[in-house]
Amino acid sequence: MATTNGAVENGQPDKKPPALPRPIRNLEVKFAKIFINNEWHESKSGKKFATYNPSTLEKICDVEEGDKPDVDKAVEAAQAAFQRGSAWRQLDALSRGRLLHQLADLVERDRTILATLETMDTGKPFLHAFFIDLEGCIKTLRYFAGWADKIQGKTIPTDDNVVCFTRHEPIGVCGAITPWNFPLLMLVWKLAPALCCGNTVVLKPAEQTPLTALHLGSLIKEVGFPPGVVNIVPGFGPTVGAAISSHPQIHKIAFTGSTEVGKLVKEAASRSNLKRVTLELGGKNPCIVCADADLDLAVECAHQGVFFNQGQCCTAASRVFVEEQIYAEFVRRSVEYAKKRPVGDPFDVRTEQGPQIDQKQFDKILELIESGKREGAKLECGGSAMEDRGLFITPTVFSEVTDNMRIAKEEIFGPVQPILKFKNIEEVIKRANNTDYGLTAAVFTKNLDKALKLASALESGTVWINCYNAIYAQAPFGGFKMSGNGRELGEYALAEYTEVKTVTIKLSDKNP
Amino acid sequence: MLRAAATLGPRLGRRLLSAAATQAVPAPNQQPEIFYNKIFIDNEWHDAVSKKTFPTVNPATGEVICQVAEGDKALETLDNGKPYVISYLVDLDMVLKCLRYYAGWADKYHGKTIPIDGDFFSYTRHEPVGVCGQIIPWNFPLLMQAWKLGPALATGNVVVMKVAEQTPLTALYVANLIKEAGFPPGVVNIVPGFGPTAGAAVASHEDVDKVAFTGSTEIGRLIQVAAGSSNLKRVTLELGGKSPNIIMSDADMDWAVEQAHFALFFNQGQCCCAGSRTFVQEDVYNEFVERSVARAKSRVVGNPFDSKTEQGPQVDETQFKKILGYINSGKQEGAKLLCGGGPAADRGYYIQPTVFGDVQDGMTIAKEEIFGPVMQILKFKTIEEVVGRANNSNYGLAAAVFTKDLDKANYLSQALQAGTVWVNCYDVFGAQSPFGGYKMSGSGRELGEYGLQAYTEVKTVTVKIPQKNS
Repeated sequence: MATTNGAVENGQPDKKPPALPRPIRNLEVKFAKIFINNEWHESKSGKKFATYNPSTLEKICDVEEGDKPDVDKAVEAAQAAFQRGSAWRQLDALSRGRLLHQLADLVERDRTILATLETMDTGKPFLHAFFIDLEGCIKTLRYFAGWADKIQGKTIPTDDNVVCFTRHEPIGVCGAITPWNFPLLMLVWKLAPALCCGNTVVLKPAEQTPLTALHLGSLIKEVGFPPGVVNIVPGFGPTVGAAISSHPQIHKIAFTGSTEVGKLVKEAASRSNLKRVTLELGGKNPCIVCADADLDLAVECAHQGVFFNQGQCCTAASRVFVEEQIYAEFVRRSVEYAKKRPVGDPFDVRTEQGPQIDQKQFDKILELIESGKREGAKLECGGSAMEDRGLFITPTVFSEVTDNMRIAKEEIFGPVQPILKFKNIEEVIKRANNTDYGLTAAVFTKNLDKALKLASALESGTVWINCYNAIYAQAPFGGFKMSGNGRELGEYALAEYTEVKTVTIKLSDKNP
Repeated sequence: MLRAAATLGPRLGRRLLSAAATQAVPAPNQQPEIFYNKIFIDNEWHDAVSKKTFPTVNPATGEVICQVAEGDKALETLDNGKPYVISYLVDLDMVLKCLRYYAGWADKYHGKTIPIDGDFFSYTRHEPVGVCGQIIPWNFPLLMQAWKLGPALATGNVVVMKVAEQTPLTALYVANLIKEAGFPPGVVNIVPGFGPTAGAAVASHEDVDKVAFTGSTEIGRLIQVAAGSSNLKRVTLELGGKSPNIIMSDADMDWAVEQAHFALFFNQGQCCCAGSRTFVQEDVYNEFVERSVARAKSRVVGNPFDSKTEQGPQVDETQFKKILGYINSGKQEGAKLLCGGGPAADRGYYIQPTVFGDVQDGMTIAKEEIFGPVMQILKFKTIEEVVGRANNSNYGLAAAVFTKDLDKANYLSQALQAGTVWVNCYDVFGAQSPFGGYKMSGSGRELGEYGLQAYTEVKTVTVKIPQKNS
């Protein structure tokens, strides 16, 4: 997924690509308050909460802690910005797109700052934050900027002497609750289509990782989005998250996080005002390696697929099914990879894996690792915390995993690769689909028929063939079953942020 | 021309004055240096193979600006004669919007996966057509260039563009920007030259896969014939018009008069969609005519670099003479000349804003495209009658309706045979909305999502699979 960062000159790639970007040492956090109406506010309660750097375990700074009254204030601002006749409602669609492009420009300008903040707050390697998270943010903003004036309704030939057409209108005030694994990117995945379609938003970034969202707030103000169009309320799930999910004047909510909390969000949404809901939840994603696969490619993709981002991806390849003929060799090569994986300081350019996000996740992962050992999986490497180094866990591989083990059923969200064996395609399809999750799946094969068959049979929102984590702003992403509702990215995302109005005009039956 | 021009239209003089006064429009360089006057191929500048050059003339003075290699910002006004303020606020604004609009489409023009019968997986790819020949006119040189380049490049084609011999300079300037932007060499190639040589070569070239032409219906015919006789290249055409502008008796009179004036006189009358048959319902006819004449008399004709000017010269001597010829035919065939009727100056190609009243459908000035500042006003009784008369033309580019009544607006917009129908406005363009002609005003549509179709070749891929499941 890494980009080459090579510049293009008159159609030819730059033969000497620029040197690697460097993080900003001793970066000062400028934005740590609640962002409403393009202004920075203290919390109504006066409370603050701390955000920590998971590599050093030190506090980065205090952030204003929002609660229901702050959410109410944000919603008021968002509603006002959405009134008919407001600056935002009257803006040409093309101009909305222009603002999104300009926001992308500023994200590009502040790319190093944002990547540094993201690394401080999440512990992910700085180069990953710079080349993957930030690249995704910029591309997603630009992609949806282009859609703004291409959101088209239809004129429709109905029965009777009427003129019938649809308007594709914005929904109104949209709430978004975003996670800590890709804080800025997951926020942009929601913000871009929401604004592109003309909505106003109230966002809650994860309490573990609020900093990049708040910096983005400053850029939104700098670009010149009208006040109230974007509002950001940092805080906790049971307070701010719950307030947004059940707010009667929020008409749509988008949530990315665990399936467990996703259910709470949907319940609250329904119980309050039946607000529209999109959810991006967990996964226990099958990665199917057939005997005829390009083995090197499969091993590498499966490895990155599960270990990327410290294993903290909803797309993690956390059930690797390998056809029995190549099983032993696959395990051997995967263990080699895992043992070589550089774990360490996320600001070190050699590091591929940083710490887990917090103690709670750390404990959960270790507990699942223990369950793997207890339930009879074969521990091939890793299996414990790195000695005396905070929240770091050694890259762990289990083989001889069977379907009923906890590590084969529950989402681990850590650097643990369970490898299972299969005999034939029909069997692996059943086993891969035998889960309430259905976010992504991957298939490694050279055979055309097998590829198309698996692509069609797997109950997943995304199927990757001979690749992994191939995510693009242009292609929709989302889950089957309990991995989520609705789709983000691509043209499909627009439907989630649009309310369709049908207008039918009766024409006079008399001659005019 | 966007809402910008439509709002500019009725209060053109005042708006432009204040815009220039408050320095919203930067002062023009009336003697810009001409850097780019050769042929642009593979991101390089070439002399013509024949070494021939041709002069491009400043229509305000009749003098030669420079020689341009013949291959078969201040620049647009110098070359075309349109008022500088308009060129800046309208033409350039629309160019930017068109390019940005199509930039956004590049990664969004989706093919489909299709539920075909049988054990097959079927999908379409939207591929570029290939080498696209584009022949553009002199009335909106930069804008017409943007309308062609935008969709062609967004869909991945390569272009050979022949620019109008009257107005090559701005297109060639843009060629250098294309190189600077980093388009790979060979993606855009620009050849200044004449129709019978360069234009004909493009239209009949065996290796050009598609030709897009904007210009007169007469030449459009030749292009289509050449395309058919050579390699059946795909053809889209944006041609002439004799667009009806229908003023119902319940129209807002002030607004209708201003818009009708703008509809005809904008760009020195040199618009394919000019509202050149103004049909006025009899109850309001006299008043409408009187006000229109007053408005035409107040139209400021002059040096296009002067910010007070509303109307510059016609583009060249050929057009100048042709328009005067039409004015004469109007007089001879019995139309009532109410103002104007001749040249407006001793030097350059200026024509007085001219209004004919009591025009009858059979007159030459009611049937043929004049492409100059000559307004025809015709009277009608009923809505059914005017539909018949408005549609009684081989043209069908645009039409407009001025009325407050919901049913009349719907009736007319459905009945008129025109690619664009404006209701209570005129010349409102957006990069987002398609534009093109019915009948002999053209084929195909430019702008909007529709504009991508002409530059796309659809490939269906159908793969046999062992078992199809829905």
